[in-house]
This record gives sequence, C-alpha cells and structure tokens, in this order.
Amino acid sequence: MSLRQIELEVLRYDPEQDDEPRFQKYSVPCQEEWVVLDALNYVKDNLDGSLSYRWSCHMAVCGSCGMMIDGEPTLSCKAFLRDYGSKIRVEPLANFPIERDLVVVLDDFMSKLKRVKPYLIPKQHKPIADGEYRQTPRQLKLYKQYTLCINCTLCYAACPQFALIPDFIGPAALALAHRYNLDSRDGGRAERQEEVASHEGIWECSFVGACSEVCPKSVDPAGAIQQMKIASTVDWYLERLMPWRNK
Amino acid sequence: MAKSNKPIVWGLFAAGGTVSAFVLPALIFVTGLAVPLGIFGDDALSHERIYPFVSHWFVSLVLFGVIVLSIWHAAHRIRITLHDFGMRGDGMIGTVAYFAAGMFTLGTFFALSGM
Repeated sequence: MSLRQIELEVLRYDPEQDDEPRFQKYSVPCQEEWVVLDALNYVKDNLDGSLSYRWSCHMAVCGSCGMMIDGEPTLSCKAFLRDYGSKIRVEPLANFPIERDLVVVLDDFMSKLKRVKPYLIPKQHKPIADGEYRQTPRQLKLYKQYTLCINCTLCYAACPQFALIPDFIGPAALALAHRYNLDSRDGGRAERQEEVASHEGIWECSFVGACSEVCPKSVDPAGAIQQMKIASTVDWYLERLMPWRNK
Repeated sequence: MAKSNKPIVWGLFAAGGTVSAFVLPALIFVTGLAVPLGIFGDDALSHERIYPFVSHWFVSLVLFGVIVLSIWHAAHRIRITLHDFGMRGDGMIGTVAYFAAGMFTLGTFFALSGM
C-alpha cells in the first residue's frame, strides 16, 4: 500500500455564520486505493471535525454521499483517488440549496417524488387469501433497471433543465414513475399521468441525457422520459380522436 | 395539474426526427452529391424526367410528409437548442419557430398541390 498526498479543496458553508460559501484546503495522506469519501473521513477524524457531509454505506447502495467532485456529480464512495489528480475539488451537489458544507437540502426532491406516487397501486385489490400477484421474468425485465435508482439525486445535479426550471419534476422521480407504470401488477398510470404529463413533468425535459450519464446505478432516466413522452403523445391523440375511450 | 398540450408539437418533432434521420441523408446524397457528380447520368433530375414522377399523387404525398415533418422537427429543435443555450423567452421563440413551420407547411402544400 502506497501513500499519496492529496490536496482536497472542499466547499465550506455554514449559513448561520458565513455570508457566502468558501473553499478550504486540506492536505490529506491517502492510501492509493481510497475513494474521495475515505479522504473526507480522514479530514473529519483527524484534521477538522466541523466538516459536514452525508454518507452511510460506503458501497454505492444508500445514495447519500453524492457530491460534485471536480465539477462532476459523483458518489464520493465510488470516486477512486487513482482516477483523479493530486488536487481534488469537492462541492455539494449542484442545483440544490446548501444546508451546510457538503450537505444539501432535499425537501424539494422528496415532495416531487411523493407527487408521482412511486409505489404499487394495484389494478384491483384482492384479499391475501387469494395469493400473491404473479409476474413472469419477461414482465419483470421490462421495469427492473428502473428499480435500481437509489435516490442519490446526482441526475438532478447534472440536469441543465432542472437548473433552469426548478419546478421540473426531474429525472429520478420521473424514472420511478415509469418503473411503476411498467409494472404488470400496477394500475396507477392514469393517476401518475396527472403529474407526469403536465408541463412540469416530462415536457420540461429537452433530452440532454446528462442524467443517464452520471447515474451510478446505470438507470436510464432520459430513456424513461422519452418513452413516457411517446406514450403521453399517443394518449393525447387518443383522448381527442376517440373521446368515447375516456372514462 | 393540467396535462400539457405539448404532444402536438412533440409528436411532429418525434415523427420528423425519425423521418429526417432515415430519409434526409439519402435525399442529400442523391440530390446534393450523386446527381451533381453525374453518377446517375446528366439529365437525372431534369425537369422533363422528374416532373411526371413528382406530380403523381402518391409521390407528392410522400414528399409532403418528408418535407413538412422535417420542418416541424427543425422548428422544435431550434426552440429547444436556443433554450439550452440559455436564451429566455421560450414562448416567443416557440411562437416564431412554429409560425415559420406553419408557413412552410402551407407553402409546401400549395407547391405540391399545384403540380
């Protein structure tokens, strides 16, 4: 194991004391196989206990350690130091208000997530005695990729549309709506369409595709949104050309 | 929340994107390269040869589809690209772009139906 001296340039901000965010430099003795999160933990444990950031699992599952690393939205537990130079700039996720240091305020995302009803809304309720809802592997495959979202919000930090239009429901929430729409056990699409097919839903997306590029779980939110645009366009025409289909 | 009416323009945009991706490169090759270079002979696109072909109702219809869908695709693409470049006034840009596309549509209709 070889040691490597890394200079971390970390954005610090305490809204109660600071007028505006500032950068603070830390010189960190790092192991070659460390990730940026390890370096931050070293800072917290040895150099500056006041540094605030979120993390939990250290294995790209919990989705809480997302930050801008050299300007790219990245999970800091997945950002290996060997892929970076000797100077690394660490900032909180872009497009979100800063709570403190590298911690961002997620309330807006949480309320949007809730609005798209990202849970199963069964077609018809059946008593437990009638047994489970069955699903074939083919039906599972249709939506499985979208279940891998860990709500890390890297896609929101990458999305230029979300930066311009804060009301945009955004990639992760829309991809999760799509995940349930595609589920053979689900019957909630019409309810979700009220949000998804609105102006603030899929139609604010201009298909830049940055969301899918930064996703640490290889979910493809951009693809999900395009598929929903096609389905919603078909809906739009059917609602007008065949009004008797509307309930 | 009210559902958006964007499917009108987006539908044309998506259909136009598909058409222009598949058909326009071939048309550009034929009319822009092959014919000027004489690959199909000297009078490949001469008025006498091409007029009866184009004025057939089915060919006119196909041409109308290709031209109009490509134009609506371009109009919406310009609107989005200007927005992505940070230009504000999306409503105004959209109105101008779609008005132009509408005019081109009418022009194409009269040009093709007048044959």
